[in-house]
Amino acid sequence: MSRRLMQGNEACAQGALRAGVNFFAGYPITPSTEIAEIMARKLPQKGGKFIQMEDEIASMAAVIGASLTGAKTLTATSGPGFSLKQENIGFALMTEIPCVIVNVQRLGPSTGAPTLPAQGDVLQTRWGTHGEHTIIVLSPASVEEAYYLIVTAFNFSEKLRTPVILLLDETIGHLRESVDLEKYREIRIVNRQLPRVSPEKYLPYAAEENEAPPMIPFGEGYRYHVTGLVHDETGFPCTGNNTAIEKLLRRLNGKIKAHLEEILLFRELLTEDAEYLIIAYGAVARSAAEAVKLARNEGVKAGLLQMQTLWPFDADFIYKKTSQKKTVFVPEMNLGQYAGEVRKAIGNTVPVIPIPQVDGMLIHPRKILAYLRGEEKYAQVF
Amino acid sequence: MKKTNEKREIRLSGTGGQGLILCALILAEAANLESKFVVQTQSYGPEARGGASRAEVIISDKPIDFLMVEEADIFLALSQEAYLKYSSNVKKNGIIVVDEEIDPAHYRTKVNAFPMMRTARDKLGSEIVANIVALGVLTSLGRLLPAASLEEALRIRIPHHLELNIKAFQNGWELGMERIAQGGVETV
Repeated sequence: MSRRLMQGNEACAQGALRAGVNFFAGYPITPSTEIAEIMARKLPQKGGKFIQMEDEIASMAAVIGASLTGAKTLTATSGPGFSLKQENIGFALMTEIPCVIVNVQRLGPSTGAPTLPAQGDVLQTRWGTHGEHTIIVLSPASVEEAYYLIVTAFNFSEKLRTPVILLLDETIGHLRESVDLEKYREIRIVNRQLPRVSPEKYLPYAAEENEAPPMIPFGEGYRYHVTGLVHDETGFPCTGNNTAIEKLLRRLNGKIKAHLEEILLFRELLTEDAEYLIIAYGAVARSAAEAVKLARNEGVKAGLLQMQTLWPFDADFIYKKTSQKKTVFVPEMNLGQYAGEVRKAIGNTVPVIPIPQVDGMLIHPRKILAYLRGEEKYAQVF
Repeated sequence: MKKTNEKREIRLSGTGGQGLILCALILAEAANLESKFVVQTQSYGPEARGGASRAEVIISDKPIDFLMVEEADIFLALSQEAYLKYSSNVKKNGIIVVDEEIDPAHYRTKVNAFPMMRTARDKLGSEIVANIVALGVLTSLGRLLPAASLEEALRIRIPHHLELNIKAFQNGWELGMERIAQGGVETV
């Protein structure tokens, strides 16, 4: 029998192993702890390394260092830990070190409610670290998607030499459901590109336009410098060279935007003839799918656009998907973080109605249905 | 097995530490063994023990969208606090199972009281398996899944203390079957 019962966090761990992860550093935190737990058990068995660090700052640093030696690296955390990781996520972006960071969202800010679901970190994943940057954030709505998307996260990370964030909510992290992983037997695994030049000719940050430079692991006889300061092709600081600074910043952002079509992952349910479109992600997408079916039973033409790739945000794509609709609804377990982005993309052409909720509970389909019926004043009941 | 109901929603509640989530996990595992679609979710506080804890399982012949139980077909309460907190939202004709130690003065609807804690304590030697006694009661009373699948699920998920847990399950299952035989199953 190919279907088995699996937890969302477990799927993250199993997917990471499938992608070839061989190093994990972390500091356990609810509701992400199972990922560290499974990694601690599984990684040593396959010759990998698991380290519980003193905190999340050090965990992120360890993941970057290990990746520089050629390892495929993972860390997993939740809100408070994710905040601590921000500076080093920026370092990984600047130095182009592949790694995957899982954030299983709890309700914040601060310690908040460790065991309750929320989607309050959506904009933090986008802008948590400082400076002009572009980051990839993927968000699963099922246990199976968690498996598939973490493999994809590793692939994007390796191909583009960039940290990738897998953003779950507590509901999906702790959700157990029956999954069929057989269909991913042949899933493609991408590994970082190695340089084809000898050590003396190796320029660590020489790259094609809008591409990532080839990367050699430390310890192979290639000596190079890695710095969070702006740097040129040699890897050494270039703070006095404005042309080189702009070239670096343009490429760091451009290499992700140039691959937008490949990165942008989404699923659609009855969107084609829909008059009312729901845009949702994570566990809320499951509520939204149910709401669409309930609405259709009543003759209300609703559809769902489930975003698996939250960032980068493709405004043109959202504009195209929504321009023929009567209304766009964005239910989310925050006060309208993604709705704001959708509104920015659409302008005033189509009304964007946020369906916000911050009570630590998953949004109920009947609440979304009430909005679809135009009865949002009754939606409070759910 | 009931063939008419394609979707069964089960809510289990009690005090944190009683093993409600494990109970739900075994139920979900058994449903998976029966090739059903199944989701299992939970709600609990930050404390390691104490506080009301809730676990939910949805078993269906079709893929499941919304992940939470809307109205339970079967509701279990192992503690008074959990009964008071979670016993609303049970379907008409749904089954409520409570531990006999919950004060009947609090009953809001017709319930099925069983000596689950007492059975675990007196017959099995440890209150710790009250959750598995409850699992037996629920699955027989609610005709949820075949006993063989549940015992197989116990083998998969609790290999270390299997014998005790199988015994606990069978005790619970018999409690449920006896009640059915007496024609005494109360519904909401």
